[in-house]
Amino acid sequence: MSVQVWTYLLVGITFALYIGIAIWSRAGSTKEFYVAGGGVSPLANGMATAADWMSAASFISMAGIIAFAGYDGSVYLMGWTGGYVLLALLLAPYLRKFGKFTVPDFIGDRYYSNTARMVAVFCALIVSFTYVAGQMRGVGVVFSRFLQVDINTGVIIGMVIVLFYAVLGGMKGITYTQVAQYCVLIFAFMVPAIFISFQMTGNPIPQLGMGSTLNDGSGTFLMDRLNGLSTELGFAEYTDGTKSVIDVFAITLALMVGTAGLPHVIVRFFTVKRVKDARKSAGLALLLIAILYTTAPAVSVFAKMNLIDTVSNEKYSQMPVWFKNWEETGLLTFDDKNKDGIIQYVADKDKNELIVDNDIMVLANPEIANLPAWVIALVAAGGLAAALSTAAGLLLVISASVSHDLIKKVFKPNISEKGELWAARGAATVAVVIAGYFGIHPPGFVAAVVALAFGLAAASFFPAIVLGIFYKKMNKEGAIGGMVVGISLMLFYMAKFKLGWLGEIPDKSEWWFGISPEGFGTVAMIVNFMVALVINRFTPEPPQEVQEIVENIRIPSGAGEAVDH
Amino acid sequence: MSDKQKKATAYWKENVRYLFILLSIWFAVSFGAGILFKDALNTIKIGGFKLGFWFAQQGSIYVFVILIFVYVRLMNKLDKKYGYNE
Repeated sequence: MSVQVWTYLLVGITFALYIGIAIWSRAGSTKEFYVAGGGVSPLANGMATAADWMSAASFISMAGIIAFAGYDGSVYLMGWTGGYVLLALLLAPYLRKFGKFTVPDFIGDRYYSNTARMVAVFCALIVSFTYVAGQMRGVGVVFSRFLQVDINTGVIIGMVIVLFYAVLGGMKGITYTQVAQYCVLIFAFMVPAIFISFQMTGNPIPQLGMGSTLNDGSGTFLMDRLNGLSTELGFAEYTDGTKSVIDVFAITLALMVGTAGLPHVIVRFFTVKRVKDARKSAGLALLLIAILYTTAPAVSVFAKMNLIDTVSNEKYSQMPVWFKNWEETGLLTFDDKNKDGIIQYVADKDKNELIVDNDIMVLANPEIANLPAWVIALVAAGGLAAALSTAAGLLLVISASVSHDLIKKVFKPNISEKGELWAARGAATVAVVIAGYFGIHPPGFVAAVVALAFGLAAASFFPAIVLGIFYKKMNKEGAIGGMVVGISLMLFYMAKFKLGWLGEIPDKSEWWFGISPEGFGTVAMIVNFMVALVINRFTPEPPQEVQEIVENIRIPSGAGEAVDH
Repeated sequence: MSDKQKKATAYWKENVRYLFILLSIWFAVSFGAGILFKDALNTIKIGGFKLGFWFAQQGSIYVFVILIFVYVRLMNKLDKKYGYNE
């Protein structure tokens, strides 16, 4: 069977599976819609969290980015896993004990203020919308490359599928489809990696393969060879990188803290039964995520090595079929500057003739390594699972923010259970349509902003939640001030140094403290903490009953089920 | 302070102590070994891995996973000790 037939088959089967699960797990109440009824087992929640978390960026782009960035790519590996330690130790158990439906719920109740709630809703909506637009785009790209449909048609198919199970099933539907999606995506990522690791090093475990010797009888370590080749071609050593230490430090911390502050991840921990289940499922989630995250850097090393071996100083006319295929998509371009018919792939921009998009490293890897057709099709199904699962989780946060935090808590407190459920479904539908619109007409800044969503989450939520739990006397004035200043500062820095909304983008040398916009969330977070603590000193302490709430969430027993209110 | 409150305070103190120790390790493997001291550690090689690079792309992640499971165990024990388990 051809790759195309395999792809239609696998994508068709997985989609049918997701829809089947959605019908089986329809949500009947708001509690089921928001937190899946609050009775999800730790393992199921761990799998769902892992799928929720691993987006198109983790599955499709990350290994490619690392392949070209080498050591600098470590920021993503450490940043997007280390955040779970913060989440498990500092947030998840207490938020579960608190036992409401959303993150703005916590902020609003803990800081006894609807203003705080509104600020949190605003932050949640900004973070989630920027992130979801990127996912819809990812769906479109996979469709267009593997199924030869137009990108826009791909986005619309993706919208319909997500709409179907998010609107129908709510959190309950999403949770169980995410469990299935985790299985699909991890299988799709590991199979090619294991094949290639065995091919190149004789060791089938990619994590060990990347540190082994090459299979060609030379006895040279794979990474030594890669370092040698990189320097020969004028690049930095693969294991060294080019970013400054302070920037690597700041980006890693911003990604960690941002991960812990992302509302669609936090909300998953409201769905388990007890506090101890929340802790355990955070551990399971990270374990399941780590399988992909420790394999990705190995894939990067293999792919980079294969790429250099195949193209560097070889005749263009003798390139394999995959090279021509990807040239057609425009994601790989060759410009024979010195007209010698040979591909020069070097660091020097004036002499370099080959440009390779980050995204094709994972998608093209099975083709580069000559793996069977079904493996290539599997990668397509995996990429779709990753993008759809994350999109669904984000849509739920958006819909809950509108129907629960805005309509129920602020504008129309006496709305009926049924009315709220319909409002939630309506909000989810509108959110899907907006996300789809951005997927089809991506504003230029979406790609840039997705990376910065973490900075925004770090600058706004994280300090407010941590202080809310660990500092009993933290009051509303401090928390609101910190959030507003933190997110404004982050938005300002993005506008100035990344998006160029405030005139021309200044040179890197003008970065504050030498920290890039990607790492600036760390600075904005520290400012948030400081502003909050200073304001707190000069304003009245929180009422006694709020201090009692804080004492209560510190004790794990008696969490009960997520309380309806 | 009532007995109940005393118990809660003691529990919280032990909890925070655990957090402090575990987060120190979290910081040491990622920001320490993987970033600040990476160049020094890179002079040591284990198999094909330079040690600093290994911590940044592999080791820190393994340690993160272990840290959470250690935390789960410690807290389950602590809950039992104070009668907060369920």
